[in-house]
This record gives sequence, C-alpha cells and structure tokens, in this order.
Amino acid sequence: MNAVRISDDALALACGANAVAAAFEAAGWTVEWVSSWGMHWLEPLVEVNGIGWGPMTADRVGEVIEGRADDLCIGPIAAHPFIARQQRLTFARAGRTRPLSLEDYAATGGWQGLERARSLDPAQVIAEVIASGLRGRGGAGFPAGIKWQTVAIAPGGEKYVVCNADEGDSGTFADRMLMEGDPLQLLEGMAICAHAVGAGHGYIYVRSEYPHAIAKLKSALALAESRLAPFTVEVRVGAGAYVCGEETALLNSIEGKRGEVRAKPPLPALEGLFGKPTVVNNVLTLAAVPHILSPGGAEFYARLGIDRSKGTMPIQLAGNVRHGGLYETAFGITLGDLVGRIGGGTASGRPVKAVQVGGPLGAYIHPSQFDLPFDYEAFAAANALIGHGGVVVFDDNTDMAALARFAFEFCAAESCGKCTPCRIGSTRGAELIDRLRAGGKAQADAVEALPQMHNARKAGRSREESLNLIEDLCEVMQLGSLCALGGFTPYPVRSALKHWPEDFA
Amino acid sequence: MSREADLAAIIADHAQRPGAMIPLLHDVQAAFDCISAETEAAIAAALNLSRAEVHGVVSFYHDFSATADPRPAIELCRAEACQARGVEALVAAAQQAAGDRVRIKPVYCLGLCSVGPAARVGDDLHARLDQAALVKLVQSA
Repeated sequence: MNAVRISDDALALACGANAVAAAFEAAGWTVEWVSSWGMHWLEPLVEVNGIGWGPMTADRVGEVIEGRADDLCIGPIAAHPFIARQQRLTFARAGRTRPLSLEDYAATGGWQGLERARSLDPAQVIAEVIASGLRGRGGAGFPAGIKWQTVAIAPGGEKYVVCNADEGDSGTFADRMLMEGDPLQLLEGMAICAHAVGAGHGYIYVRSEYPHAIAKLKSALALAESRLAPFTVEVRVGAGAYVCGEETALLNSIEGKRGEVRAKPPLPALEGLFGKPTVVNNVLTLAAVPHILSPGGAEFYARLGIDRSKGTMPIQLAGNVRHGGLYETAFGITLGDLVGRIGGGTASGRPVKAVQVGGPLGAYIHPSQFDLPFDYEAFAAANALIGHGGVVVFDDNTDMAALARFAFEFCAAESCGKCTPCRIGSTRGAELIDRLRAGGKAQADAVEALPQMHNARKAGRSREESLNLIEDLCEVMQLGSLCALGGFTPYPVRSALKHWPEDFA
Repeated sequence: MSREADLAAIIADHAQRPGAMIPLLHDVQAAFDCISAETEAAIAAALNLSRAEVHGVVSFYHDFSATADPRPAIELCRAEACQARGVEALVAAAQQAAGDRVRIKPVYCLGLCSVGPAARVGDDLHARLDQAALVKLVQSA
C-alpha cells in the first residue's frame, strides 16, 4: 500500500491540502495526516518515504505518484537547509508525528517529563524550571520558574493553571501550530505545572479565530484525560477581543466578564482567576516544559541561547518574506540572518524596507539595525521588543505613515477602555497622523471651535509642532497606560517616525 | 423546538459552571445569529446579574452582535502581515463583488501570516488570495 504524509495544519488546509489528499486517495493511496514541518512556502507539502514535494496542487499528484514532478521535489525533508539548521526542542515533533496519536507521542518521548516531574517534589520541579532559564514566551519574558514559585507558596487551597492561547499578534502562528500539531505536549506541560504549583484545574483560553486548534485541543483532552488525572483541563474560546491576550483581561474573560485589564498589584500569581493564585503562561512556555523536565533537560536548555535569554525561541517568519514559516533556534541569531539568509528576503523580490518584530505593538526595525541579536535585553535596549517572536517583513512599497496610523487605529479599536491614555490617546494619535499627512491643520476643528474649549488652539500647527505633539502623546501612552496595548502602541509609531520621516510628509 | 425552549436549553447547559457567560453567549450567538435585548434579559435572570452587566459583556466582544445579519460573511484579514502581502489592494474589488449581498468583515489575524492575504468563511480558510481568487470567493459565498 502506498502512503503519503500531508499536514492537516490549518495553514496547509488553507493552501489546498484537502484537494491534494483527495487526489492521492482517488489514486488508491493512503493519506496519513501529520503536523506541519513549518516550511510554509512549500505547503501543501507532501511526503513519500521521507522525500518532499511542494507546493503541491491536486492536478500534479499523478506526476508525484510516478516519481516525477522534479521541479516540486525538495529531496529528503529532514535534510532541507531550513529544517537542518534549526534547533527544534518545542517543535521537535513538527512534521514527524500525527497530532492526535498517543502512540506517536509516547514513541517520541511523550509523557517522560510528566512522569519524572510527578516522581519529584514540587519544589524540585520548580528549581529545575528556574535552572533552565525559561522565560515567558508570551512577550514579557518573565522567568517562568519564579512565577510558578510565587503561586506554589501563595496561601490558599485552590489554584489554577491558565494557558494563554489568545495569539492575537499579526505575524505569529507558533501557538496555533503547536496546538494543532502537538497538542499533547501542551497538556503535558500544563500537568507538570499543576503538579509544581499544586493546581487541580486548568484552562486553555484559545482565540475564536483558531477553530482547528480548538477542535484538536478538545480531541487531545479526551485522549489524555486519564494521563492528566487528577489534573483536569477545560478549553475556553475567546470572542474576538485582542486585549484578552493580556493576562488579567484574559482572566476576566474566563470569569465571564468584559475583557478589561486589571490593575496590578495584586499579581495574578497571588489573586488571579476567581481570586485564587493562578499561573498564566503562554502556549510556548508550557510546551517547553516537558523537555526541560526530561532527564538532563534543564541543564541542556540553559546551555543554549545567550546572556539572560536561554534556550530556544520558535521564531515566526511572516509577511512579505520568500521563505516564511516556523524557525526554532537558540537565542542570539541576528535579525539580518533571519530575514536574509533564512527567510530569503522578500517574496516580492523587492528590497526590504522594514521588519516588525513582536506583533502590532512591536517596533519597526530598519535594515541598518539588522545586526541586532534575537535577545530580550538587546531588543529592549534598541527600543524594540521580541514579543511572541513574530517577524513581519515589508518591502519598499510600504507606506510607513499608514502603518503608524494603523497602530493607533488598531489600539483604538481594541482598547478595553479602562485607562484613559489608551482609550483616548489612540484615537487622538490617529487624528494627529492624519493632520500631519495633510500638511498640518489650517483651522480649528468642530470641537476645538466650541466656546467651552478655552485652551484649545485656534490656529494651525506646523509640522514640527505636530511631531512634538505626537511624541508627547506617545510618552503619555507609554508611561501612563495600564497594560501593553496602550503602553506599547508608541513603539511602532515612534520607530516609523524615527526611521522613515519622509513617509509622513 | 421553539426559540424560547432552545434558549432555555442553552442556558441550562451552562448556568452551573464557573464563568458561564462567554461559552453561553457563544452558543446563543451560534443558534440565533445575534444576542437580542430579550435574550440578554433571560441570561441575566439565569445568572443572577443585571441586564446591563450582560449587555456590557455582549457589546465588548467582536464575536457577539445585537442584531442578526442574514448575509453570508467573509472574514478578510487586514492585519500587518497580510498588509505586507498586499491585502489592501484587494479590498475595493472584493467590496464591489460583495455589494450588499455579502458582508466583508475585517479580522485581525487568522494565523496564516506567511501565506496571506488570507480569509475565513465559516471554518474554511483560504490563503494566497489574489484579486481573482478573492472575488471568486465572494461570488461563491
């Protein structure tokens, strides 16, 4: 019987994997649905005895069956430079296993971390996570082990583990791929965390834009129930609010409230879900844990990376990039390497103009800064952020002023409304950029003309005055907002203004 | 089954679980395509909340709507990564093809950021859309 392996990752399906699979089945072949290797420009990628063909279309399946279609053949997939150069720990199973096969999972080291963790004292588990240097992969980069310790020693009998799978940042898809491709690993990581902190119940909060991930998680939960017991997990589906990716808004949403951000303190580690001590970790953080708890795992993890950024980061190459996909590697790789050597430059073939790292709240980085190493502190020092590891490439057709305006507009649409700098500043920011691009302002607008507006300016502003005002607004938002939505929106705006002022003329 | 009975069944399904509101609203939205004022009142009574509290939640989330829109909907990703791949140039043609018959909803990220422009119709995803493919998608919606 001839067999072909095709990915059932949402991205492969969106690129037509179903039609390709149907063509193989029509020819009498068996289709084995596996996770995605993460080479997205080649999807749908089909694999026959380790050899890959992609991007595949249904009308060329006959050629592959006859061993032809040489222009689509990439040779042995595992030896492809894009895969061979990576250091895959969290995504070690990507492309290699069936997402919902307990057999495949156990055969590739699954459950070893959990078994070992449960044989250890919870304090020992936490010590190993601290020793590994694992930091929160959601964006803030807080040491995961310290957070776990805070929850473990917090008073109270009832504690929760919450997995933040509200991956709303444009340019990121690693959480989605992990949930669809290796959901059991996430559940194992959550169970290890639950053992470490003394939690009995967990939630996975997934965004509603990920129907395939939701289905896979629910199936995986049914399969793994007895393995996880006595720990139980429930999948909760978001409702289209970007701000619910912020941990306290997420907790409010699970509780059934508006997804408004809570002021901190109290930290969720002490007063989180339903007021109980709660670990909130990103998908990638929790999914990294089974490896760390395997024998020698923590030490191995801590040896990778640079400085205080330890281990590996699943980096996502997206936007106008030739070789987009998932690239997991140790921290320290430069941005130029990622975009040029690995990503192959732009998909359009035009020069790279800007790269946005870290989602809608991340800075736009100019090619002159491409020697920046992928490292939390190095990015912070350059007024940028790694965030969730999304790298979005833009070519020279891009209008940076439009993107800066979009940053404000997005913040205005998604602001939870709790704090003033974010709620109002975002709208005023978009207006300011409009005025700047319209060459200043000839006269006062309707509100400014009201008799009550004694202090409002009645005359137009010069370009320099407008720029100062934007800068002033950015400072207020950055320092005065409750959470990263308002607080980080100035990053894309300021970086665009700094590096591409000509676009704002 | 009547509409009232459906609603009562959905409420009974969820009312006892902690944090029932969002899963409950998802089911109501899926069943009735909207969450009306009367529905909000019924949910409020079941969860021991005021209708204002329920309405506050309904109006906060993009996935819930107060009135039903019977038109087929296409969610087109307009976030940065799809912008970098040229989605904005396709919007006018898609709107024209849609007219009043099809609703084109912006969505901010479907997680297909390396193969955009991307769109979602129900649970079906579409990637690498060019103008012709998007217009075809709109016409077949």
